[in-house]
Amino acid sequence: MSTTLTPRRARPPAQPTTLRARRLPAYAAPVIAVAALLLAAGLVYGAGIGGPVLVVVVAVLLYLAGLFGAANAVEGRRSARNRLWSALIHSAFVLAVLPLASVVWTLVSKGAERLDADFFGTSMNNIGARDANGGAYHAIIGTLEQVGIATLITVPLGVLCAIYIVEYGRGRFAFAIRFFVDVMTGIPSIVTGLFVLAFWVLIVSPWFNDGRPGFSGFAAALALSVLMLPTVVRSTEEMLRLVPAPLREGAYALGVAKWKTILRVVLPTALPGIVTGIMLAIARAAGETAPVLLVAGGGAAINFNPFENNQSSLALFVYQQAGEASKYSPARAWTAALTLVALVLVLTVAAKLLARRNRLGR
Amino acid sequence: MAKRVEAANVTAYYGGFKAIENINLTVEPKTVTALIGPSGCGKSTFLRSINRMHEVLPGARVEGNLTIDGQDVYDRDVDVTAVRRMIGMVFQRPNPFPTMSIFENVVAGLKLNGVRRKSILEEAAEKALRSANLWDEVKDRLAKPGAGLSGGQQQRLCIARTIAVEPQVVLMDEPCSALDPISTLAIEDLMFQLKDKFTIIIVTHNMQQAARVSDRTAFFSIEKTGDPGRLIEYDNTQKIFSNPSQKKTEDYITGRFG
Ligand SMILES: Nc1ncnc2c1ncn2[C@@H]1O[C@H](COP(=O)(O)OP(=O)(O)O)[C@@H](O)[C@H]1O
Ligand SMILES: [Mg+2]
Repeated sequence: MSTTLTPRRARPPAQPTTLRARRLPAYAAPVIAVAALLLAAGLVYGAGIGGPVLVVVVAVLLYLAGLFGAANAVEGRRSARNRLWSALIHSAFVLAVLPLASVVWTLVSKGAERLDADFFGTSMNNIGARDANGGAYHAIIGTLEQVGIATLITVPLGVLCAIYIVEYGRGRFAFAIRFFVDVMTGIPSIVTGLFVLAFWVLIVSPWFNDGRPGFSGFAAALALSVLMLPTVVRSTEEMLRLVPAPLREGAYALGVAKWKTILRVVLPTALPGIVTGIMLAIARAAGETAPVLLVAGGGAAINFNPFENNQSSLALFVYQQAGEASKYSPARAWTAALTLVALVLVLTVAAKLLARRNRLGR
Repeated sequence: MAKRVEAANVTAYYGGFKAIENINLTVEPKTVTALIGPSGCGKSTFLRSINRMHEVLPGARVEGNLTIDGQDVYDRDVDVTAVRRMIGMVFQRPNPFPTMSIFENVVAGLKLNGVRRKSILEEAAEKALRSANLWDEVKDRLAKPGAGLSGGQQQRLCIARTIAVEPQVVLMDEPCSALDPISTLAIEDLMFQLKDKFTIIIVTHNMQQAARVSDRTAFFSIEKTGDPGRLIEYDNTQKIFSNPSQKKTEDYITGRFG
C-alpha cells in the first residue's frame, strides 16, 4: 500500500514503440514447476526435515519465485507481477478445493463398505453389537419426512415474509420483522430444539396424546423450520431486491395489479436465486442432529408416521453409530454420512435444473 | 377512441422536493405532443404523473387536476390499474420481461389481466407486432426470450406490448435515446401510424425529432437547480420552432441554453 498521495511517477510512462513484447515460451511454466518440485524434494529429504507436505509447500514457493524471476527477466516487471498473482490465485483456489475433495474422498472410500441393499432396506431394529448387518432405512425415511415437512412449512412462510418486507413493508413493523429474522439467524440449533421440546412436545402435544409428551418427527420438523426460516427469508429478500425496478414499472404501466406483478413478473425473475437460498436452508437442516435428538428421540425401528412416536434421521444415525461400541458401527456411520451428502447433492442439482427449466429455452 | 388529456395546476413532489409546479396543458386526441427542455426540468415527472406512475415511488405525490376526457385520473374512486390500461407508457430503456418469450412479452398486459383464450392472444400479438414494425423480424422466433433481441427490437417489443392492451393515450419517455438512427426512424414512422388511433405524448431531447414527429410542442424549463420545473411555452410545433413567443424557448431551441 502506498503511504503518500504523491504519484510515484511524475511523468506518464513512455509510449511503447512496438506492440509486440518478448514472451516466455509456453513450456516455461511446466518446466519451472518440475524443477521446483525436484529441487524441493532434494532440499527437504536431503536435509531430512520433513515429508511430502513440506515438499509441496516448498515447491510452490520455489515455483512462484522461479516464475516471477524468469518472467521478470524475459517479459518485464508488469508481466511478471501478472504471472505471480495469477499463480497465487490458482493456488488459493486449489487450497480451497482441497478440503472439499478430501471430505468427498474420505466419505466415498470409507462409506463404500456398507453400500449394500441391507443398508438401504433395513433398520437397526434388533441389531446388536455383534451383528454386522443393519441399515439406515429408518433414518433415511426420518430425514426425508422431517426435512420435507420443514420445507413445506418454511418455503411459503419464508417467501411470503420476504415479499412483505420487500414489497409492502413500511415503517416500524417491517423493521421489527427484519430485526427478528436477523436475531433468528443466530439461534443455535440446540436452542431451537429446546424451544420445541418445551413448547410443542411438553405443552401442546399432550393435548392430542392422552397427556403424554409427544416426541415425533413432526416436532423435529418444527425445530428445523425455525432454523430454516431466517435463511429462506433473508436469501429471498436479497433476490427480490435484485429485481430491477423498471421491470415492476413495466408491468404496472400495463395496468397489472401489484400482487399480480409480484407473482408473475418479480418472483419468476428472482426464482433461481430463491431456489438456491431454499436449497442452502434444506442442506443445513438435513445435517442437524441436536434438535432431532431432543424432540424426535431417535429410535432403531422404521416409523413412517411423522406425527407419532420416535423417529431417527441420517445425521442422528451418524452421531449414534459413531459412538456405538461395536466394530461394525463406524462403517454404518460413514455410509450414512455419504448418503446424507449424496441426498443433499441430488436435491440441489434437481432443484437447480427445475428452476432453470422454468426460465426460457423450452 | 383516442382521448383528450388535460392538466390543470399539476404540481408533483418527491418527498419534500417540488419537481414540477403548476403545469397547465391540454393535449388533443389523435395528436403527437412533444415535451422538450433541459434535463432535470421535470418532463419525466410530468409524464409519469399522467398515468399515475409517479406515485409508485415512496414519498412521491401529485397535486392539481389531471383529467382524461373529463374524468379525473386522481379521483378517489378511480382504479389505478384502469388508468394505466387506458394510458400506456414506453420507458427510456427497453424493459422486456426477462423470464418471458417474445410472444409472452407482447401479450403480458392481456394475459396478466385475465385474457386466457389462445386465439385472442395470438391475434392480438400479431396485430401489435405488426403495428410496431417488428412482426417480420420476430415471427419465426416468437418462443425465444425477449431479452435476446437487439436494443432497437427490444424497444419496439415494448411498444408492441404497450399497444397490445389498446390504450387510448401512449406516453413515451425518450424512447429513442438508446437507439441507433435506423431504429429511431422506425419508431418515428411508427408514431405517424399510431397517431391515427392514439393520443401520443413523447419526451425527447432531440429537437429534430420533436420537429419531425409532433403536432404540438411543450417547452419546460427550470430557473436554477433545485427550483421546480415549469411549462414555459406550449404551441404548434411549427410556431415553436420558427417563431417562439418566449425568449427562453428561442434560446433553448437555437442552442444558446440548456
Ligand atoms: N426518484 C426521484 N427521487 C427524487 N428526485 C427525483 C427523482 N426523479 C427525479 N427527481 C428530480 O426531479 C426533477 C425532475 O426530474 P425529471 O422529471 O426526471 O427531469 P427530466 O425528465 O426533465 O430530465 C430533477 O430535479 C430530479 O433530480
Ligand atoms: Mg427524463
